[in-house]
Amino acid sequence: MSNKIRVATTSLAGCFGCHMSFLDIDERILQLIELVEFDRSPITDIEHCSNCDIGLIEGGVCNSENVHVLREFRKNCKILVAVGACAINGGLPAMRNFIPLEDCLKEAYIDGIGVENAQIPNDPELPLLLDKVRPIHEVVKIDYFLPGCPPSADVFWKFLTDLLEGREPSLPYELVHYD
Amino acid sequence: MNKTITIDGQVVPFKDGQTIMEAATEAGVYIPHLCHHPEFTPHGSCKLCTVNVNGRTCSACTFPAMEGQQILNDAKELNEDRKKITQMLFVEGNHFCPSCEKTGNCQLQAVAYHLNMLDDHFPLFYPHRELDASHAEVLIDHNRCIFCTLCVRASQEKDGKEVFAISGRGINKHLIVNAESGLLKDSNLEVTDQAAHICPTGAILIKHTAYQVPIGERLYDHNQIDQVSLNREKLQDEQ
Repeated sequence: MSNKIRVATTSLAGCFGCHMSFLDIDERILQLIELVEFDRSPITDIEHCSNCDIGLIEGGVCNSENVHVLREFRKNCKILVAVGACAINGGLPAMRNFIPLEDCLKEAYIDGIGVENAQIPNDPELPLLLDKVRPIHEVVKIDYFLPGCPPSADVFWKFLTDLLEGREPSLPYELVHYD
Repeated sequence: MNKTITIDGQVVPFKDGQTIMEAATEAGVYIPHLCHHPEFTPHGSCKLCTVNVNGRTCSACTFPAMEGQQILNDAKELNEDRKKITQMLFVEGNHFCPSCEKTGNCQLQAVAYHLNMLDDHFPLFYPHRELDASHAEVLIDHNRCIFCTLCVRASQEKDGKEVFAISGRGINKHLIVNAESGLLKDSNLEVTDQAAHICPTGAILIKHTAYQVPIGERLYDHNQIDQVSLNREKLQDEQ
């Protein structure tokens, strides 16, 4: 086992935009990879978390699988970070919180324009939807929050380099955005 | 000899009848606020301007300045309280900044940035609130209303109308429009009214003006609200 800092990442009810923005650190990823090793992440395709130092969570919680994944991350990561607007306040997926779940499913799978073979998917493999999309701090304890839709690459860079260099992470005014 | 108060160790002169907020603004001292506006009767409801006066907490926008007051303003504990208040404002409404056209120009957001608020802390309410898009030129999105009553006061005190009021109590509090239908189109609001332009959040918006300035180039994207607010309000005081 190398003595690099282990980082896991996942996207729950998110759009992977935060992951894309993370990759916008561009060539700085070469510096990062000298210091960290990726564990469970869309970048590695590792399916389950082992013991990690940092877990980055994009997206809120919209179904039962999201809850399981989030708990797995909390159990295995020393530091858990809410990344982006959806993880922090539910974001765009939480817009469905004002419409009954049944109506959402009907609109998407029964009554929507162009729907063929109308039926609401109910395969047992599919995770059940929660009645409301929730931010992740309502499910597990979160240690740090990186706001933004998405947080810019510089936010990821500032936060991770602060942590890796043993500083308390802090974002200057220019890096704090909710949009 | 001038009468003075002391704010965070700085001696600040005041005239009789001035509030702590007015004296502070004139002296270039920023006290965070949302429901206060120098042109209107103070309302004292948002509590962001809470300061410590001789050991007691008071709202700076309503409390009169008095000789010898020792005031704490930019103190860690007060700013922590202000951050909690701002977080409560966020979770009680539906403030989805990425999909709000006021983002970057929003005072609620700017105060949150100023206080380095990175999360909502509390569970979110996700209240069900309506949108009133009936008026040809002005839109109300009740999701973003923080009940500061600036539109109520502007309509009464500047426009000579009574278009808006706050109805209900506690969690049922909501902004209402003076029309039998309850719709903005049936009120006598005009797009030139000050009440249509005073909203500190994205609750009352002028239609057809969104995104003229791109996100990233807006007022609070690069300027902190303490400076913006002082520049603006000192100018208004001098006029």
